[in-house]
Amino acid sequence: MPTTAHTLTDVAASDSTLRRFLHGLPGVDAVGLEARAASLGTRSIKTTAKAYAIDLAISMVDLTTLEGADTPGKVRALGAKAVHPDPTDRTTPATAAVCVYPDMVATAKQAVAGSTVKVASVATAFPAGRAPLSVKLADVREAVAAGADEIDMVIDRGAFLAGQYMKVYDEIVAVKEACGTSARLKVIFETGELSTYDNIRRASWLGMLAGADFIKTSTGKVAVNATPANTLLMLEAVRDFRAQTGIQVGVKPAGGIRTSKDAIKFLVLVNETAGEDWLDNHWFRFGASSLLNDLLMQRQKLATGRYSGPDYVTVD
Amino acid sequence: MTFEYAPAPESRAIVDIAPSYGLFIDGEFVEAADGKVFKTISPATEEVLSEVAQAGEADVDRAVRAARKAFEKWSALPGAERAKYLFRIARIIQERARELAVLETLDNGKPIRETRDADLPLVAAHFFYYAGWADKLDHAGFGPSPRPLGVAGQVIPWNFPLLMLAWKIAPALATGNTVVLKPAETTPLSALFFADICRQAGLPKGVVNILPGYGDAGAAVVAHPDVNKVAFTGSTAVGKEIARTVAGTSKKLTLELGGKGANIVFDDAPIDQAVEGIVGGIFFNQGQVCCAGSRLLVQESIQDELLDSLKRRLSTLRLGDPLDKNTDIGAINSAEQLARITALADQGEAEGAERWSPACELPSSGYWFAPTLFTNVTQAHTVARDEIFGPVLSVLTFRTPDEAVAKANNTPYGLSAGIWTEKGSRILAVANKLRAGVVWSNTFNKFDPTSPFGGYKESGFGREGGRHGLEAYLDV
Repeated sequence: MPTTAHTLTDVAASDSTLRRFLHGLPGVDAVGLEARAASLGTRSIKTTAKAYAIDLAISMVDLTTLEGADTPGKVRALGAKAVHPDPTDRTTPATAAVCVYPDMVATAKQAVAGSTVKVASVATAFPAGRAPLSVKLADVREAVAAGADEIDMVIDRGAFLAGQYMKVYDEIVAVKEACGTSARLKVIFETGELSTYDNIRRASWLGMLAGADFIKTSTGKVAVNATPANTLLMLEAVRDFRAQTGIQVGVKPAGGIRTSKDAIKFLVLVNETAGEDWLDNHWFRFGASSLLNDLLMQRQKLATGRYSGPDYVTVD
Repeated sequence: MTFEYAPAPESRAIVDIAPSYGLFIDGEFVEAADGKVFKTISPATEEVLSEVAQAGEADVDRAVRAARKAFEKWSALPGAERAKYLFRIARIIQERARELAVLETLDNGKPIRETRDADLPLVAAHFFYYAGWADKLDHAGFGPSPRPLGVAGQVIPWNFPLLMLAWKIAPALATGNTVVLKPAETTPLSALFFADICRQAGLPKGVVNILPGYGDAGAAVVAHPDVNKVAFTGSTAVGKEIARTVAGTSKKLTLELGGKGANIVFDDAPIDQAVEGIVGGIFFNQGQVCCAGSRLLVQESIQDELLDSLKRRLSTLRLGDPLDKNTDIGAINSAEQLARITALADQGEAEGAERWSPACELPSSGYWFAPTLFTNVTQAHTVARDEIFGPVLSVLTFRTPDEAVAKANNTPYGLSAGIWTEKGSRILAVANKLRAGVVWSNTFNKFDPTSPFGGYKESGFGREGGRHGLEAYLDV
């Protein structure tokens, strides 16, 4: 890294120090990054390792519904599923969280009451983030007041792409403050819109410097969401950040991870890049809605030796 | 519970290794004239895989005569006809790729991940590539109707047994030469399977002859008066001997010898990818690669950071059963090679370089060497000068680009080099000053049949691969 832990505190002193720091981060060679992500995807995970990986993945799912058509009934169903993902097998671990819009937080909170399942809420004018800061902060405060344990915020990609890093930084700091001490903050970059790997690395560091508890790839609402390569890159960033500051930050790939096979590949990335310390739902999450059912079907298959099919898991 | 990967060994059932093999001369498997045989073993387990006929001088003579006889017809075939056979061989290699990958891993000790994903695809690609040239030689830039040389005597090493065979045989056949090839004594099996593929492809008898054996058989191939072209890949010491033997004859000679490649990492490099490139540069095939990036030249300002990353990465390398798909580091090819690596590493330590290896359990049987780093290395250290041909990386530092170039070039060898920087103009400026046959930028150990490969100074002369590779087999 181009700096030491000592000088990190001064990085956000001004627009220019922040820019200099972010542009001084090591570059990313796209070909090499993608090749590494692909080669890690060939690790073989079978039998006991697979059973462990599937349960771990289930426990890392942020079961998500982010539709305009969401109803309290749907959110309650989601909550019930998060607590007991497979009603036929109570040994199935609960998911990490349910992820809903702010107006559904109270409903979700009731639905998972008494369980370990957290309620995450996408505040800050999700998914575009195109609203005044005052509106975004109000959004966050409402969600937190309603009981949200986690806030998923989107950054202002327009400001980031225009090079206004300080503006993005200040927004994250303000949102983190609005989260108070009760809610953890996940910062969503919308990596598909940042377009270069260099930008994704800069955004990761920007988010962490501003106090993110988690960095998250994307909203799931654009064409390119989580990929092995951008997740690998963010895992490198949290690993390096902890080495420099001692602060551990979580990672959440979101969108496009649909199969157990994909999820396990991501776990391999975590294991071999950031390390075992991140193999826990406090530090790694999957933002996904359809992934869980595939994990459940694979779990049933491992238990029974037979593939059950989609009618043997619940629809939301 | 931790995240343990399940063992995923590739099945050996796909390959059927016979208890014994003969020499392949004039389209037939035959016994050696003096009846000698030797055993080939799996370096990962020391298990005997098969017994192979050992070629002597009389066998070499027999093979050269067969090749000479076949040359008349083979060289007279239209290029498109020769191409047909080469395409057929390439396709059979693809069809039998899994089998050959497992075989190569058993006989050589390198991980299946490498034989399956690197060696075999490249082997097939070389045959396809040179098949494409066979009917276009008139347009290759060597004048109208360039002629083949005759009988090519080829001696190849044990580090990439089948790939080196492809590098030698594909251009030789495409240009109309016939071949007598001696594979290395520790890895003869894939060449013998290739002999079978030649028969499967209906290749005319005598066009390809395979003579497993030791150095004396190689020497006999080189010295045979009726051999027109000698191609050798192997150690610099043997290369020098061959050059002496061939000097003063009309034989054409190409040599691919040792190397001590510099991998130069500038302070603006993409660090994470550079670490991958360093790992791939020196630990690919357990470092038993002539173009390995065995000297890491790192800019002083990022030395600590890079070494920390590198050590962390080395700790994730998985050493063990080469047939397991999760294995990154396989076995050293032979007891002899292991002894050489061990001696040189010990010497590095004795000379004051700082030795480091990740915590790593070595299997109890077979030949194994843990991935090793040497820091505090100077140009004067043996580990910075001698080719170790094993998983041992020497780390040196530099302050300026000029110093990097001076140190990179300060070696008797000149086969490969790597440059890591995000600055394109620096890549071009530095690459132009490096005395190395191949310069990779922001990558390492990438091979392609269209790209010429060859060295400067004690790394040899002549080029293999690409259009340039044709020249070595044509009378130009």
